[in-house]
Amino acid sequence: MIKIDHLSKSFGKIKAVDAISFEVAEGENLILLGTSGCGKTTTLKMINRLIDPTGGKVFINGENIMDQSPELLRRGIGYVLQNNGLFPHYTVAENIAIVPQLLNWDKKQIERRVSELLEKLHLDKKYLSVYPNELSGGQQQRVGLARALVADPPVLLMDEPFGALDNVTRSKIQAEFKALDELKRKTIVMVTHDVQEAFELGDRICLMDKGKIVQIGTPAELLFNPANAFVKDFLKEQRLQLEFKALRLNDIWKYLPSQTPKQGSINLHGDVSFWSAIESFKFTSTEHLHIKHHKKDEYRSAGFEELMAAFYQYKKQQPHE
Amino acid sequence: MNEQQQTLWQFMAQQSDKLLTQTLQHIGLTFISLIIAVLIGLPLGIFIARKRKLSGPVLGVAGVLQTIPSIALLGFMIPLLGIGAKPAIVALLLYALLPIIRNTYTGLTGVDASVKEAAVAMGMSKWQILFKVELPLAMPVILAGIRTATVINVGVATLASYIAAGGLGEFIFGGISLNNTNMILAGAIPAALLAILFDFLLSRLQDLNLKKLKTAAAILPVLLLILACFYFIPSAYGGKLTAGFTPEFMGRQDGNLGLRSKYGLKIHTVVISDAVMYKACFEKELDVISGYSTDGRLKAYGLVVLDDDKKIFPPYYAAPIVRDDALQKFPELEKTLNLLSGKINDSVMTDLNYRTDYLHQTPERVAKDFLVAHNLYQPERGGSNGTVRIGSKIFGEQYILASMYTILIKGYTDYDVATKTGLGGTKICFDAMTNNQIDLYPEYTGTGLLAILQASQKDIDAVTGDKEKTYNYVKNEFERRYHIKWLQPLGFNNAYALMMRKKQADQLGVKTISNLKQYLERK
Repeated sequence: MIKIDHLSKSFGKIKAVDAISFEVAEGENLILLGTSGCGKTTTLKMINRLIDPTGGKVFINGENIMDQSPELLRRGIGYVLQNNGLFPHYTVAENIAIVPQLLNWDKKQIERRVSELLEKLHLDKKYLSVYPNELSGGQQQRVGLARALVADPPVLLMDEPFGALDNVTRSKIQAEFKALDELKRKTIVMVTHDVQEAFELGDRICLMDKGKIVQIGTPAELLFNPANAFVKDFLKEQRLQLEFKALRLNDIWKYLPSQTPKQGSINLHGDVSFWSAIESFKFTSTEHLHIKHHKKDEYRSAGFEELMAAFYQYKKQQPHE
Repeated sequence: MNEQQQTLWQFMAQQSDKLLTQTLQHIGLTFISLIIAVLIGLPLGIFIARKRKLSGPVLGVAGVLQTIPSIALLGFMIPLLGIGAKPAIVALLLYALLPIIRNTYTGLTGVDASVKEAAVAMGMSKWQILFKVELPLAMPVILAGIRTATVINVGVATLASYIAAGGLGEFIFGGISLNNTNMILAGAIPAALLAILFDFLLSRLQDLNLKKLKTAAAILPVLLLILACFYFIPSAYGGKLTAGFTPEFMGRQDGNLGLRSKYGLKIHTVVISDAVMYKACFEKELDVISGYSTDGRLKAYGLVVLDDDKKIFPPYYAAPIVRDDALQKFPELEKTLNLLSGKINDSVMTDLNYRTDYLHQTPERVAKDFLVAHNLYQPERGGSNGTVRIGSKIFGEQYILASMYTILIKGYTDYDVATKTGLGGTKICFDAMTNNQIDLYPEYTGTGLLAILQASQKDIDAVTGDKEKTYNYVKNEFERRYHIKWLQPLGFNNAYALMMRKKQADQLGVKTISNLKQYLERK
């Protein structure tokens, strides 16, 4: 879907991005992770030509983005900013309708699409005619997301979309974000410096430092097969939680006991993270999970202790631990 | 206070048509220049917001323009654009530029960077971003600049009357010259009200929320255009010749009022300051001007005085006036001062003025040269027999006369001389005399009659037609009231006069004011 080929950007003598290459598959959620100044935001902005590269190429659907007019290119790519960047002189409805207006949609179609999105993002209709400064930070960010999604672009770029929110609002919106069906089909490139967020939302993570890619892979790969000490060091904080988040139940499948399901146990999909599995105990009185493998028609059943035992067995098998 | 207000209202009611004309002109001037300033300033502000490197020089130049004193700026405009509306509008627009450029620049650069980035990222073109995002968001700041410019323009536009562009300044400066408070207020109050009104209206516009601003931004240009058209309503008349009169001349019975009532002269008239009037006539911007008959500029610019055949301008013959007790104390004084009697006619005085005003010779040198040429000069005797105190008003001619008297007294008598020249005006000079601070100074019969004696209209009508009668009237009255003696006149008459370019007057065959009227009435 997106192919980055030896992309470089220099500001004067400083190489902000240094000949990096990677690909993002259709429907994938790739996180660009790194500290400030590592080049992740510059990389993101080169994808919709907010910044023009000094070297290398970017292809979207096999087309070189430099061959298209930047305006037309950008209208086909959703973009979410950290500070939402909503137009203060436009109402919520007008803000969301900016791209459809540029694409000359007819009025009815715009109205329909805007109210559809509001509903999906849990925003009340009464906010349609309200100005952004009358909304809370979380609501503003939802409107920003709606604005990026309104024309249903296949690609979505997000620049620290949750960075300006407080912790409580952030986890709430992250949860909504994961559940939003609109996003499931999209190819997303998201920039963040928050490791937890990267592990929570990313299919793959591209860890960057000083304009270069240090390692690119699934959260589990980064965690359990770090390419070097930098990666290991970067993920040191709250490592256990990261491991819980990175592991899918499928990963520890072979360590789970194959029992017949007990009555009243929760049904879970093998795709679910270990973290979510443990969390699901919190909300119910039951002590057993009934898990379905994500491909095969197989089932496993486990209580809390069996789950933890499987986790430790898995970890013992990892070469670097 | 109450009485004064009454008379102010009366004055305004009486002059209501003039007031309306001037107010419309004032509004027109303000907004024509404002529109042009916006048309120039807004794009320039946008341009320097794009090319930030140029913002320093552009704002710097606009700032320098702002600091040029308004009168000087108007003065600079005359050689380039003549007199009238054009230079006034250009000067006003130069003043309005800075706030508009600066606020456009500040407004645009102050737009939230993330909003601009969002606009770019959503695929808006450069122009769409400018018109849909940047300008609307910068609009409150830009409007504040336009508001400042408007108030500045309402104020500076009062000065437009100096260069015959009309406006409420005609009343204000006419009132100052004539010492007529009602006239000043009749110009100043409407001007202040206009400033307050426009400031208020624009502040309301600024306070509108961002949504309504879209409509407001559309209405504003139309409104400005309508207001600007006001200027052209009053000036829909014209004529063969154009006259430029000083504000003072406009309001005087022995000025424009007399020209209308006694001669029935109807001429297209503009109001202008005497500082630029002569030059404007020379440069053919004006055809007829009011002036003083012995002014040095008459000679410098090749102008000719039209004969006042119906005698509406009272004679202003110059003569030294002396305290009676000084004449007793210095017995030789009268004889010495009368040495100049009848020696200086109009053209001689004009020439002397021309030397000081245009050739920049000192009054002392001009005085001495004159006395030498007329065999009146005697070297100083180094007098020790008391000191004669000579005063003079604050203009060139009086300096020359005071110098002549000084030289004569020192040469012909044993008295010493102390001079107190440059006394502000008639009142100051005359008060100095009655308070025994000076012994003599040169005065004019017309000034004595009108300004000092403030004679009744009956007496004025009885004597002004004849120079002897006027002289005898003031001589007798001064002796009776103040114990001050008028010595023999010098010979020249520094009266109000109408003047034209000599060449044009010859071509048209105009020698007298009646000729001028006949010419104007010919189809």
